[in-house]
Amino acid sequence: MSKDFRRTIGVLRASAIALALVASACEQKPDVGAMQRHFTEHPAPPPDVTSVPSDDRIMAVLTSPPNVPPPTNRTKPARVVVKLTVKEVVMPMADGVQYSYWTFGGTVPGSFIRVRQGDVVEFHLQNDATSTMPHNIDLHAVTGPGGGAASSFTAPGHASQFTFRALNPGLFVYHCATAPVPMHVANGMYGLILVEPPGGLPPVDREYYVMEGDFYTKGKYHAKGLQAFDMDKGIEERPTYVVFNGAEGSLLGDKSLKAYVGDSVRIFFGVGGPNLTSSFHVIGEVFDRVYMEGGTHYQENVQTTMVPAGGSAILDFRVQVPGAYALVDHSLFRAFNQGAVGTLKVSGPEDKLLYSGKQEDSLAEKEQAPQAPVLVDSAPPSTLTRDERIAAGKTLFASTCSACHQATGSGLPGSIPPLAGSDFLVKNDKERVIGVVLNGLSGPVKVNGTSFNSVMPTWNHLTNDELANVLTYVLNSWGNPGGEVAPAEIAKVRGSGAI
Amino acid sequence: MFSRCLAHVLACVTVLTGAAHAAPRPLKAPAGMVMVGPGVYRPLYPASPAERLVSVRRFYLDARPVTNGEFLTFVRAQPEWRRDRAPRLLADDGYLTHWAAADALGRDVRSASPVTNVSWFAAKAYCAARSARLPSEREWELAALASENARDASSDPAFVARILDFYSRPALAASLRDVGSGKPNLYGVYDLHGLVWEWIYDFSASLVAVDSREKGEADRNRFCGATGASAQTPSDYAAFMRVAFRSSLEAAYTTSRLGFRCAADLEETP
Ligand code: HEC
Ligand SMILES: [Cu+2]
Repeated sequence: MSKDFRRTIGVLRASAIALALVASACEQKPDVGAMQRHFTEHPAPPPDVTSVPSDDRIMAVLTSPPNVPPPTNRTKPARVVVKLTVKEVVMPMADGVQYSYWTFGGTVPGSFIRVRQGDVVEFHLQNDATSTMPHNIDLHAVTGPGGGAASSFTAPGHASQFTFRALNPGLFVYHCATAPVPMHVANGMYGLILVEPPGGLPPVDREYYVMEGDFYTKGKYHAKGLQAFDMDKGIEERPTYVVFNGAEGSLLGDKSLKAYVGDSVRIFFGVGGPNLTSSFHVIGEVFDRVYMEGGTHYQENVQTTMVPAGGSAILDFRVQVPGAYALVDHSLFRAFNQGAVGTLKVSGPEDKLLYSGKQEDSLAEKEQAPQAPVLVDSAPPSTLTRDERIAAGKTLFASTCSACHQATGSGLPGSIPPLAGSDFLVKNDKERVIGVVLNGLSGPVKVNGTSFNSVMPTWNHLTNDELANVLTYVLNSWGNPGGEVAPAEIAKVRGSGAI
Repeated sequence: MFSRCLAHVLACVTVLTGAAHAAPRPLKAPAGMVMVGPGVYRPLYPASPAERLVSVRRFYLDARPVTNGEFLTFVRAQPEWRRDRAPRLLADDGYLTHWAAADALGRDVRSASPVTNVSWFAAKAYCAARSARLPSEREWELAALASENARDASSDPAFVARILDFYSRPALAASLRDVGSGKPNLYGVYDLHGLVWEWIYDFSASLVAVDSREKGEADRNRFCGATGASAQTPSDYAAFMRVAFRSSLEAAYTTSRLGFRCAADLEETP
């Protein structure tokens, strides 16, 4: 978002007479008279939502997550055309895990829609011809029974159209409301629509779009292959995955959100659910402003904000210190064991006054760290067959390597690279692989197209035999190319010649 | 918009004139059909408290969905149902578009796989040509309750899970398998689950609601089950999906996963 667009900070004002209730799917038509509220404490003139905008139509810019369309920058309401296509698509939910998602626009969450208060929105919902299911859309921004659900109910290969007036400003969730609704939402059918107040939101340098959702698969977390929806887990509210933007790792590595030191950042955050409430937190940041529940007023200096299923929040903060900031659901098992982690990477110069980095390492001061000894393996090499090496290596792997690389060799998204199907093992010669395990590895490394930047400790205290076993096991497991590593080869890399 | 409404009216007229009732049939099942019922069916949304259980008389039902090959034979015999001749009022733009030509399947379409991209009108005409009719919702649902070894498998978790799995698989309309390649249910009916959606005679909530109270209300109940409150079996997701699917249709609609099979009345011996 360019700074050219900066305007005076718009003051958010509720309309003088606003329909307070945004009807959700299937509610009876609200008693409008009873719903009217007079915001007499805000004497400012109401935005004009009564005069009908001219007939010129504007095509709404839609974006895929994590991107956000530019501000409307309009001083008057307009007729805005939104065209959204529902698609059922198979996409990865995690490494090696596929899921048949139902989507608005081919992504989870669906395309971000940005309009202005008072706009007359002409909504075209198309259901792709390849779809199995009928679908519809309930926009929480719509004032009217069902939020558009009944008018947009569409069979596969067909389209429907309805028009609504964006009466209330705010950040609203939209979702599919076709029975069984929880399943349509659990398959990814949700997104956000921003209704800007007149004058827009205060300008910022970067805007991002993030939604959290819970997913229910037949297989366990990280069970490979195409996973089917598990209705029982859904009913019991026992998610297999809790993730940002539809899949584990969708905001990690190359796909991390990015900012520069000094930037003001805004996250349009929503929770699709269908079940869980998020305790959204960015580790190492404080939100300067949180427009709670996506509404008009903001709280300042917030650490963690709670966002309900089918709800949202606008989070504004300035990044001052370079580094990687983790986006988490602070219900932490979700972050550690179900995938609810993302990163915001902030680059730029450090300011030691703001954050010093580590200033003292007390352990190192007390005891002078010993010079790492060159460990020499002088045990005589064993004469195992390849299968015996694999069996012995398996046990060693389970006790030594699996804590990080996982028993399945899958690694951990964003922090530990996979050994299963790792192209690192194929692209590099044996010596390099042996060297990495002997001497450890740190700094950026790309495995199967994903970058990792972490540290693996050295394993030079293991014997040549042990290392030969564990590497032979790794080479012969999880679809890796096979082969054998001999103790002599370890010895050679170790450079000791001690065989 | 106009044509859709008109098609709707046509559908209503056929309902009201009672064209559903084909001539009674002898007790020997017509070719390709098996006997189903009698039985009791629990509708997802009972029309009234008295109709929580609906009894269904015996009837004949096609053991398999109608195939592309069978439908081609029909189209050749009644060329007014060719895709280039059928009025759009009776079959929308998608009608038989997966075929290579108006009177040929082409290399990519299997003759023995179920015909899809057919409208309700076309399906009805096909069945009429066989002196048969489309099954009613209650008939179809009764037949679909049966597993390989039970008439009512609705409380068998494995059966229910199997049906739901079908709906959570990706749509691969291009690769529909041949009909009858699975196992038949207790009545001898194949493919009620796991292959294609099927037209039923009274598919549209708005059609049945013509004579009942308020149309809007009934409509909303059917597909808008946000709460599932009015449903008898709120965790029968597969039933919700069928009801939702049917409610989304108009009689001229076609979709790439929607086919049909025919049914016939039984001549009851006194
Ligand atoms: C403490 C966690 C940890 C343990 C335990 C661990 N590793 Fe690693 N391993 C890592 C990390 C982190 C990296 C990537 C380092 C980087 O980002 O530079 C890595 C990288 C690797 C790589 C190269 C990248 C790839 O995915 O192919 C291999 C091979 C490897 N480890 C093998 C092993 C073996 C064998 C063991 C057991 C002897 C082991 N690791 C134990 C954390 C660990
Ligand atoms: Cu849907």
